[in-house]
Amino acid sequence: MRHFIIILLLSISLPLFSRTIIVGNNQPVRSLKIAIAIAKNFDTILLHAGTYKEGAITLTKSLTIIGQNNPVLDGEKKYEILLISGKNITIKGIQFRNSGYSAMDDYASIKLVDASHVTIENNEIFNSYFAIHISNTSFVTVRNNRITGSPKSEQLTGNAIHLWKSNYAVIENNHVQGHRDGIYFEFVTFSSIRNNLSEKNIRYGLHFMFSNDDTYFNNTFRNNGAGVAVMYSKKVKMENNHFEQNWGPSAYGILLKDISDSYILHNTFFKNTVGIHLEGTSRIIIERNIFTGNGWALKVQASCENNDFHHNNFTGNSFDIGTNGSISLNTFYKNYWDKYEGYDINKDGIGDIPYHPVSMYSMIVEQNPYSLMLFRSFTVQLLDKAEKAIPSLTPENLS
Amino acid sequence: MEGEVMMKLSKYVLYDILRSKIIIAYTLFLFIVSISMFQMEENSSKAMLSLLNIVLIVLPLVSLVFTTIHYYNSYEFIELMSSQPMSRTRILLSEFGGVSISLLSAFLVGVGIPVLIFSADATGFALLFTGMCLTLVFASIAFLTSVIARDKARGIGFALLLWFYFALIYDGLVLLILFSFSDYPLEKLTLLLSALNPIDLGRIFIMLKMDVSALMGYTGALYKDFFGSGTGILFTTGIMLLWMLLPLWLAVRKFKKKDL
Amino acid sequence: MIRIEHINKRFRKLQVLDNVSASFTKGQVVSLIGPNGSGKTTLIKSILGMVKPDSGKIYVDEQLVNSDHTYREKIGYMPQIGRYPDNMKIGQLFKMLQNIRNTPVEKLDKTLIEKFELEKIFEKPMRTLSGGTRQKVSAALAFLFNPAILILDEPTAGLDPLSSEILKEKILVEKKKNKLILITSHILADLDELTTHIMYMQEGKMQFFKDMEALQEETGELRLGKAIARIMKGEQFNNEWIDKMLEIKNDEKIY
Repeated sequence: MRHFIIILLLSISLPLFSRTIIVGNNQPVRSLKIAIAIAKNFDTILLHAGTYKEGAITLTKSLTIIGQNNPVLDGEKKYEILLISGKNITIKGIQFRNSGYSAMDDYASIKLVDASHVTIENNEIFNSYFAIHISNTSFVTVRNNRITGSPKSEQLTGNAIHLWKSNYAVIENNHVQGHRDGIYFEFVTFSSIRNNLSEKNIRYGLHFMFSNDDTYFNNTFRNNGAGVAVMYSKKVKMENNHFEQNWGPSAYGILLKDISDSYILHNTFFKNTVGIHLEGTSRIIIERNIFTGNGWALKVQASCENNDFHHNNFTGNSFDIGTNGSISLNTFYKNYWDKYEGYDINKDGIGDIPYHPVSMYSMIVEQNPYSLMLFRSFTVQLLDKAEKAIPSLTPENLS
Repeated sequence: MEGEVMMKLSKYVLYDILRSKIIIAYTLFLFIVSISMFQMEENSSKAMLSLLNIVLIVLPLVSLVFTTIHYYNSYEFIELMSSQPMSRTRILLSEFGGVSISLLSAFLVGVGIPVLIFSADATGFALLFTGMCLTLVFASIAFLTSVIARDKARGIGFALLLWFYFALIYDGLVLLILFSFSDYPLEKLTLLLSALNPIDLGRIFIMLKMDVSALMGYTGALYKDFFGSGTGILFTTGIMLLWMLLPLWLAVRKFKKKDL
Repeated sequence: MIRIEHINKRFRKLQVLDNVSASFTKGQVVSLIGPNGSGKTTLIKSILGMVKPDSGKIYVDEQLVNSDHTYREKIGYMPQIGRYPDNMKIGQLFKMLQNIRNTPVEKLDKTLIEKFELEKIFEKPMRTLSGGTRQKVSAALAFLFNPAILILDEPTAGLDPLSSEILKEKILVEKKKNKLILITSHILADLDELTTHIMYMQEGKMQFFKDMEALQEETGELRLGKAIARIMKGEQFNNEWIDKMLEIKNDEKIY
């Protein structure tokens, strides 16, 4: 009984410390701008259903803004809708649409500058230039948002979730599509990207640069113009992701460029033009991944060294490995290659002669891309068979 | 009336061939090979790869040789038919109809049924489509060479030479050309080159399904864009049709003027 | 019924038909004779439209050969060598041709089928047949559609004496029906009692075309072979071939 009284007392007294302001067409406060103006730190603003066209809104106070029944903030294709620069802020359950476009500024539906401890969740963002643009911010959580762009050209569309010079960010459970890059990281550290679905973006599903000590796992990157790019970073852990149907002359499941000391574990690469393209990478462990139905499971440029490839499954790829030179500075062991034609007399499940994953023809294609036209022709098969009998052109033995 | 007459003859030619040991053996061969591929390989895509070779290499060869031998074996019968009130065109077309239907049936039973059972997807259907086209194309080419060549030995020799050319030499030449002119933009040329060999055309058609991921890289994107589009499908079908009809038309023209 | 006007045919270097003209009418049984390579078969094939002459015209019942194939409805042809699709049954062959010719059953002439007792082997595939049986099939086919013109290329070669007799009787019957019958043969003796006209060819040229009576009057010979031999000796044709022909005539004793 005493407990009950305490709770009762608390619930009555709470509004004294933090108020709830209701914004709606039939409410005393009809404008979000006004509500923000009259609100004090730690207040909650409940935004009721309706379409609000209030131009550019700036938020610096520590507020929680919660949309009820899907209210809409419309930028009328002119304004940056919400600029946040503060701490302890939550934006939840609001639909943002039609943010402005500017060639000079990166207009966004939600922009965070010099903020910290911000949560952006359960929002829907349509038709934005940038959807969520975060810079110089720590401890931001972007969760359960649904972001859909209307894809134009690479120049006319911004990124869906854009982070620059931030740390301790969590990007999770978002569904982003139709932007330039689905998720963009530049100078972002100690952050994680998980359970997101990023698809149909014009450029990269995930674009990752100069960002160290980050993890991304359980994400699906599907059908993006160029797949996923991870560049100029170290200590990145990529785990349990799916890279699917990233098709194009320069599309990759993952494009790795100047990466070191990273892990790629338990990922699935399915039907990409190139599963993983490695360029200038070193000390990476690529382990227990599945490569199925890709044009090239791996493209390992000669500039890569000391990478370990083991316990991966290679099935149904047009080419297992392509290279512009040699892959001999890297280590391959205990992988499964479905193209293996050797034998296993002692039945230990390991082939008794090493496998050559770089076929002669894949070298030819590397030198002369047009000769891809002859793929799977009798002539080419004879070439490959002849090469197997008298190995001289293709590099080393791998198993 | 004419069409009716043609059907009457075709029917018997077909009846005759379907009972021949060679066509039964061919059907069995295709069937056993196809089934064992699907049984032996752990995934059906590897089996499809082996079947691709059957379709691209064995099918044209059998089609050429069988048609040529059939033509020369039926020569006296064709003579007799030409003494009947029937036009030469109808006689040759009836023979073509009989031969091609029987070769097609062998292929559809031998390869079609296993593919439908084990791999009835886009790749499977592309394989069957290509197989059917190549059967008809090479039967048609064989009719032309048989009508031109003077005797059976020359006819078969000519057929083998053509097979060797289309299946092997042509691609070697293309590779040579591609390397000789690698400094030039060759997109259009590769398109043209692939149209000039029905085996290549069929192979690319299957690859569009089988290796779509790889094809999207490099110049392949051009193939995908072109062959995958409506125009491309029309182009493929049109060129294939041309490969079937042109030799047949030339064969009929030659046959009409020929002394039997 | 058949009119041949100045036809020429050259196979590479060889002039197979050299300005041949002739006219055949109803009721004639014409024996077309001459050594191998004299152009007999080529002439027949030209009439049938199987060989296309380099120049000249052939009319069958005033219908120009090669313009249209319908004139062949009037012709029954028995080839020298009959080869048929291996797996086709005899019955099917007859049925197929009936289908193609579209002749009503009541107008079919099945005499030879019956006399050669072919119906018994209707279910046999063609590949199992001997050369002689195939000849019987060819003969039966030629007569089946009761055509106004019969063209028989070496009809008795390969037939056993009994069948040969049956065929000759049949030709006689047809002759009486006022048909035109064109026969090529080496074995002159066979044709004696049938022939009304002789056409003799050599090296692509028609040497003569005469009726039997005139021939017999000229030579005073009753036997065809001797009559020809005489006429050809008189005109100094190829003697070797004549001797050979007479030899065959001596073989007649075997029958």
